[in-house]
Amino acid sequence: MARTMSTAPVSAPVRRHFLSQQAIEGYVCITPWLIGFLCFVAGPMVAALVISFLDWSMLAPPEWAGLANYRRLLADPLFYTVLYNTAFISFLSVPLQLIIALVIALGLNEKLSGVNLYRTIFYLPSQMPVVASALLWLWVFNPEFGLANALLNALGMPPLNWLFDPVLSKPSIVLITLWGGIGTPLIIFLAGLQGVPASLHEAAAIDGAGAFARFRHVTLPMLSPIIFFNLIIGIIASFQAYFTLVFITTQGGPANTSMIYILYIYYKAFRDFDMSYAAALAWVLFLIVLVLTAINFLLARFWVHYEGAEHS
Amino acid sequence: MSATVETQGLSASAELSTTFSGASGQRRLLHLGLHAAFIVLCLVYMLPFAWMLSTSLKMDGREISMPPQWIPSPIVWENYYRALTALPMLWYLRNTLIVTATATTLGVIAASLAGYAFARLRFPGRNLMFGACLSTLMLPGIVTMIPEFLLFKEIGWLNTFLPLIVPWSLGGHALGIFLFRQHARTIPLDFDEAARVDGAGAFRIWWSIILPLSGPVLATMTILAFIHHWNDFLRPLVFLLDKDMRTLAIGLRLFRSEYLVQWNLLMAASTLMLLPILALFFAAQRYFVQGIVMSGLKG
Repeated sequence: MARTMSTAPVSAPVRRHFLSQQAIEGYVCITPWLIGFLCFVAGPMVAALVISFLDWSMLAPPEWAGLANYRRLLADPLFYTVLYNTAFISFLSVPLQLIIALVIALGLNEKLSGVNLYRTIFYLPSQMPVVASALLWLWVFNPEFGLANALLNALGMPPLNWLFDPVLSKPSIVLITLWGGIGTPLIIFLAGLQGVPASLHEAAAIDGAGAFARFRHVTLPMLSPIIFFNLIIGIIASFQAYFTLVFITTQGGPANTSMIYILYIYYKAFRDFDMSYAAALAWVLFLIVLVLTAINFLLARFWVHYEGAEHS
Repeated sequence: MSATVETQGLSASAELSTTFSGASGQRRLLHLGLHAAFIVLCLVYMLPFAWMLSTSLKMDGREISMPPQWIPSPIVWENYYRALTALPMLWYLRNTLIVTATATTLGVIAASLAGYAFARLRFPGRNLMFGACLSTLMLPGIVTMIPEFLLFKEIGWLNTFLPLIVPWSLGGHALGIFLFRQHARTIPLDFDEAARVDGAGAFRIWWSIILPLSGPVLATMTILAFIHHWNDFLRPLVFLLDKDMRTLAIGLRLFRSEYLVQWNLLMAASTLMLLPILALFFAAQRYFVQGIVMSGLKG
């Protein structure tokens, strides 16, 4: 607390003769990062773009192919399946995670005793190594001896094939992510709720607003920037984050019903060694992420309420 | 800071209940209902863990019974020993420890240096570079992995730990850089100026003034990096093809193909993989929370 009180603005005037020396020192200190950025991010990005315009199967020397890989992509029925599967899983899983986390956070914010214990229990699944939790859920959803069917059996219902059913494979994966994915948003929402000034709630209560009205008109608008930010970030992160889960449990099956975008790139690049087509797929994914980020910035201006929640 | 917010909240709820003195009974009823709901929900969330633990202690063949038996009899602790020795799991553990320890240590140092430069040194292009650094957070890792694979193949890094260590040692932890920059901005600039008068350069200031003042944020960054490398799956899967180079995460996956029928051993191995993370979590819970809050509240 004391430290934040005495914060000096970074833009404070610095004595003149330090400047040029400081610039040199700045470049020296940033050089390791810059090398890493150029070699492992920017360079590979450009290289991937170039590779996507080649015809390269690793066996023969590469040849210029122009837009052939992108044309092939547009004609590839599996490309659309994969887009649909990814959208289905991410657009269902991430909003549901946020809603569940928000409801739990609102309950925990009621100054209950034992909040820390509850919070820890809801948070723990998100810390489980993904390989381990994927194996665990593969066992839970085992059609013959799994926990899920044991519960259905106890309720007198017929067993399901869960991950191995073409219709249920995607919803089953979403279900797993609702177990493992609420920890982070829960902690963020709990911190965000503490940032909602109590005076606003009091004022609303004195004006006769009930619990729901206070949530709708005070809490929700104050939290909306956090919710929105975590929705977009969560969807973008989910493209990558669900790879291990799907790779271990269904491997994209049955009949490609759970083949997600990243897994498709992985198979094309590192199983079929169809590098140039995989690079084209990867660049399209990058453009999708770019569009989502742009939407994030644009929409945030329209309907998100930025006030009071400013931190740092 | 959280303490002030909490007391604020407490006094507010106290005031609220005095405003509606008749509502205190209602409030107790609400709490009772909430507790009931949370206990049920917590049981649901704990159920898979209980299932994992129960399976991991069952005798061979007993794990496949319907309806399942929750308390194993006899309890077979030996499964954990068998899980460790069935595959060279200890060897995989050694590989994981080498990668995790090196990449975490070097990665945190690199991230703190970059974060320090972004926060406290002024040089042309700084904001542009920081923007580029933040944008890597949004980039799905697989986009860069195809050229990286070709590069590593060319320079002989495939089947070595270098692809898992070097990029992070050169500032690959963008989130860590961001966290350290946010923290370093709160340290008064007078400290630097005083050190400069004594003739210290930027490196000295970073190493002997800023780093000693950064314990908590370094702890948060270390935990984030540790968990990242411990759990990393895709990069080891692609870059480590050799049997002897496998990490735990990859080894566990092989367990699935070779021991698919022996769910008790598989669950024992999964439990073992969870244990270090669990221990770390209970030892340093508040740094976990801090890292998430600092990165997730930036609306």
